[in-house]
Amino acid sequence: MSFESTKTGRLLSFEIFRYNPMDPESKPHMQSFELEETKYMSLFIALNEIREKQDPSLQFDFACRSAICGSCGMMANGRPALGCRTQTSDLPEKIRLHPLPVFKLVGDLSVDTGVWFREMAEKSEAWIHAQEAFDPGAKEDRMDDKLAQKIYDSDRCIECGCCVASCGVANINGEFAGPAGLNRMARFAMDPRDTRGDSDWFELISNEHGVFGCIGMMACHDICPKELPLLEVYAYLRRKAFSSGMAS
Amino acid sequence: MSAQIVSTDVLVIGGGLAGERCAIEAAAAGHEVLMLSVVPPRRSHSCAAQGGMQASLGNCVKAEGDNPTLHYLDTVKGSDWGADQEVAQIFAEEAPVAVRELAHFGVPWTRVKAGKNLYFVKGELVEIEEKEENDGLIMHRDFGGTAKWRACYAGAGTGHAALYAVDSEAVRLGVTVRDRAEAVALIHDGGRCWGAVSRCLRTGEHSAVLAKSTVIATGGHGRIYGQYTTNATINEGTGAAIALDTGVVPLGNMEAVQFHPTALSPSGILVTEGCRGDGGYLLDKNLDRFMVEAEPEKQELASRDVVSRHMARRMRDGKGVETEYGPHLWLDVRHLGEKHLTTKLREVWDICRDFAGLNCAKELIPVRPTQHYSMGGVRVNKDGEAYNMAGLFAAGESACWDMHGFNRLGGNSLAETIVTGRLVGKSASRLASRSSLDVATTVAMDAVRRAEVHASSWLERSGPGPSVYEIRDEMAETMIADVGIFRTEDDLAGAVVRLQDLLSQCDRAVLRSKVPGMNPELSYALRLKGMLRLALVTAKGALARTESRGAHCRIDYPERDDANWLNRTLARWPQGASEPELSYEPVGLIDLPPGHRGYGNAKHIDMEQSIETYNADVAQAQEKHGKLETEEAQGSRIRWGKWAEEQ
Repeated sequence: MSFESTKTGRLLSFEIFRYNPMDPESKPHMQSFELEETKYMSLFIALNEIREKQDPSLQFDFACRSAICGSCGMMANGRPALGCRTQTSDLPEKIRLHPLPVFKLVGDLSVDTGVWFREMAEKSEAWIHAQEAFDPGAKEDRMDDKLAQKIYDSDRCIECGCCVASCGVANINGEFAGPAGLNRMARFAMDPRDTRGDSDWFELISNEHGVFGCIGMMACHDICPKELPLLEVYAYLRRKAFSSGMAS
Repeated sequence: MSAQIVSTDVLVIGGGLAGERCAIEAAAAGHEVLMLSVVPPRRSHSCAAQGGMQASLGNCVKAEGDNPTLHYLDTVKGSDWGADQEVAQIFAEEAPVAVRELAHFGVPWTRVKAGKNLYFVKGELVEIEEKEENDGLIMHRDFGGTAKWRACYAGAGTGHAALYAVDSEAVRLGVTVRDRAEAVALIHDGGRCWGAVSRCLRTGEHSAVLAKSTVIATGGHGRIYGQYTTNATINEGTGAAIALDTGVVPLGNMEAVQFHPTALSPSGILVTEGCRGDGGYLLDKNLDRFMVEAEPEKQELASRDVVSRHMARRMRDGKGVETEYGPHLWLDVRHLGEKHLTTKLREVWDICRDFAGLNCAKELIPVRPTQHYSMGGVRVNKDGEAYNMAGLFAAGESACWDMHGFNRLGGNSLAETIVTGRLVGKSASRLASRSSLDVATTVAMDAVRRAEVHASSWLERSGPGPSVYEIRDEMAETMIADVGIFRTEDDLAGAVVRLQDLLSQCDRAVLRSKVPGMNPELSYALRLKGMLRLALVTAKGALARTESRGAHCRIDYPERDDANWLNRTLARWPQGASEPELSYEPVGLIDLPPGHRGYGNAKHIDMEQSIETYNADVAQAQEKHGKLETEEAQGSRIRWGKWAEEQ
């Protein structure tokens, strides 16, 4: 990451959680690093610099580095955030990094979000339950653009896990769908192409692992990197729980 | 040690759109499918595609009269006649079905709104009345190099929406996914592929996956340009590299490298072509809209190779904005208004805010051309099967199928992923149904052992020596400086020498970290040689090709030369050789005769042969280079001369 150096004059001191489960000698601990800040420095740039120049064993995950793939959720000074879009200029000189809670640790800052989200998708059957098979000869079914936009607003979730890490309930109840899980349910519930009936939705949404597990602290809404309208999503799900319960 | 071997019907390497679409095709046909992906599939780089997916549905007023023939014509012109024209026809015909199928899987496509709509067209605000009969159908936006508005889109998150929808189907169909797993070698006997060796990126352990059909869908290899790419850090060309390692499978047209006109400066993050499609302008430091004069017909919406060259020239002529990170130009979308920018281009709005700290409704966006797409890749026939290796398939950006030739049109790659995913999924299924796993477990275990020995050899080396990251940085600087937008014999020859030196340095490089487990430094080291080989194939191919075609622009040979270079470069790396071997095959059967693209350089050197003579030799010449027999005869999908009805 060697763009011509443009230093800001700040010396950043990082404290990073370290633990390699594959190494019998490794014990969980915090390790300190110092780094001269440069202009436009994100945690993506900073962590790569640390790995390449100071400690090549440091584990973390980045892929797109543009806040769209959701790989790099981590705790930055106690707040879940995407590492790639977190600018060091927005942080104090002391930066403490931990892996996201809730998810299984892979090593250091790297956690296993993939398996968690796959299990969530399986449990909530997060796919279009279509009545009919696709007809390659037919035109597409029509949809009002406003509805398409509304579905897209929820579909934008990148499953980074920041909301799950920030959620008081998800941190203590492993069965809770979590904010991202609830959002995924809402995304399919509002989609007319998904033909699940009222009793299906009632079963899925209306219990303590669904929307009624949420105790409304709304940290998820505050920290979501994609700014998903989670307040509206939960309101929608509560009404759906009621209407589907009444109907079934 | 049988725990180290698993078997499946179809192995898919790569969890992006092409791999996923292929996997669900095979799973729906009743086959057992196992997918290896270096990241959870939804984090694959397909998710970063923003602006659109080309399919000639012809749903809005500016798309009226569109059809697959026009799409095929645009694609071949875009390719600068480097594409296989039959493949381009198959693609254009199947794209509408594939896009509609995505609607069935749940993609929230932006829809046509009947009534008065305001659009920006070539700098003018125009009011267009969309017809009631089209209300609610899939909408299109304009993209570069197309005759009609054709790109279907979901806001500016088209790739994300498509990837999530297809992955939902993969979950529904129970496709087994091993994420954080990388294919480090193919298991083969020199002519038949039987799966791959997988390295776990959680534990560092190797294992064998045996399969009747193996599909490479690992995306592009932009990271051979280091940070000078829009690509994700995971786009390291591992699939193309392990195919090259077989010694017999050729890579096609690796010198054809696309530079996207509008990557954010300096981070290199993509800003979609949809910005210009929806009416955005390019400006120089004097706020002069230079593309109007440079390309009066298409303006900002000429093909990417052409726009990138005009931008690079502009900056070279001192009209760029100078910064400590090098020069850039401006993308202006302010006139589109905040509402449009926060809905139809929302991802652009976010990227500008989060990565450049700017409000694109009020401020200009700093952009410059940056490596974006690899037209080259594993050379396959029209069924997607690799040359010289039965049972090995490739799809999407990792493949050279070859519908893009020397320049890909915006929105055509996203469409290619699902069209080839469907098609290659069928081919792989067909073969899996016909064959049984006829391979000795010793072959698999030998391949695993070789991979283990290779990894240990890195860990055992100590003492002084270059670091893998130093070698990577030198590779990147060489590629961007000498194998970039403008190329010359001197620069390319120098690049070949330097890359060869870096390749030999790999054998002396030393790891600083020997920790057990996945070891991030070791994981990178294991890919480095493959990346250098891809870089060398690219530079050598570019040095040999003494013409300018599409994205391959030789300052010393400025014209497209159809007399000598109407062909495709094939590069093999024979076992034990110190460098790749290049050979050439015809581009394919020619239906649309080479001519002017309608933008860019109008001059070219004409073919000397007649098209009939050229076509007569195609089948035999391609078979000689290892093309395997296809399900249907060559040319069966060409609608000869139909293009003439549209001229």
